[in-house]
Amino acid sequence: MIDIRRVFTQVETIHHEFGPRAATPLVRGAIGAVLTNPFAGRYEPDILPMMSLLDPVGVDMAHRLHAAMDVPLEQIATYGKGAIVGAAGELEHGALWHVPGGYAMRELLGWKGDRAAYTAGTVDEKKTGQPGNALSIVPSTKKVGPPGATLDVPLTNINASYVRGQFDAIEVRVPGAPASDEIVFILAMSTGYRVHERVGGLRAENIAKWDGLR
Amino acid sequence: MSANIRKLVVQLDETRKEMGKTIEPPTRRAVAIAVIENPYAGRYSESLDELIAIGEELGALLGQKAVKALGIEPGHAQSYGKAAIVGEAGELEHAAAILHPKLGAPLRVAVEKGAALVPSAKKRGTLGTAIDVPLGHKDAAFVRSHFDAVEARVSDAPRANEIVVAVAVTDSGRPLPRIGGLQVSEIKGEDGLR
Repeated sequence: MIDIRRVFTQVETIHHEFGPRAATPLVRGAIGAVLTNPFAGRYEPDILPMMSLLDPVGVDMAHRLHAAMDVPLEQIATYGKGAIVGAAGELEHGALWHVPGGYAMRELLGWKGDRAAYTAGTVDEKKTGQPGNALSIVPSTKKVGPPGATLDVPLTNINASYVRGQFDAIEVRVPGAPASDEIVFILAMSTGYRVHERVGGLRAENIAKWDGLR
Repeated sequence: MSANIRKLVVQLDETRKEMGKTIEPPTRRAVAIAVIENPYAGRYSESLDELIAIGEELGALLGQKAVKALGIEPGHAQSYGKAAIVGEAGELEHAAAILHPKLGAPLRVAVEKGAALVPSAKKRGTLGTAIDVPLGHKDAAFVRSHFDAVEARVSDAPRANEIVVAVAVTDSGRPLPRIGGLQVSEIKGEDGLR
């Protein structure tokens, strides 16, 4: 059922945006795995069997993305995920990525919770709360699109979604994909603050509740 | 580095299956892109020496980054190509100044050897303009399995006073080449053509 045709990796290093040159550039990365959509062209009520089969894909993609970004794991500050479903599929096929994609990045970044509870959506983040545990929801977007469709993948802080200076999004596009019988599953990560962020709000250094929000 | 680089983008495109057939090892194409300030934006300058010098820097920087993204020994690079997109306040010749006089030599160092002309494309564009970077075998332009192109695009570049410069390197040809022509095994690699 899992048939990966192509993997597309992109890393950006941002030094400035016409303001002062950053002492440490912002690094943002995205990886897109192009898979055959086994449900293309028909309505399949039971798509759940594919979800657990995507778990190792998520783990592999998260590790590859981190390797491509070439920064120490402690410097990864934000994450996001997404999916672009080809024209012969439906939006719900993209939704299969929420658990395997999200879990894979959170596990890479130190999450210590119960995986079964995660899959069932019943985790209480306050019970797993400790610094550096990838507590936050992994924000996401998804769409059905043609080959070369772009998807703006949101990025927010891995421990507290409300870190304002790190609200961001990365534009991801795999030229020529997805074909109508394909899905592009996407993961994204960054080293954090927008390069000239200056609109205030919660700072990462002041995260205190460790509930995934603040 | 005399170039004022706003950002760098490196992309790796790996194909594992094509038309149902497994490609082993996968074919891989890397593109390294720099978004730079155009020092001649908005004015005519007879001399384009600043961009010529920037071309030399970027040939090295982007060539090395593309090879690193492939994770290969430099000598295992197979194809290369280059391209530039000039923002609205520049002229096409600005792209030529970066790409042609001095970018090639350090790129050839980054991939070792490189007898062939580095194929290229240039255009004027705006934010999110895509350019297809031509690819050809680095030692013999006539190797038919390696005729290809790879897309380069930066969603927020070039601004009017910027230039997007892209260098592409591969470790392979097309995934399922089967239309004949000069083969890799037949390369002499001296004249850059065959």
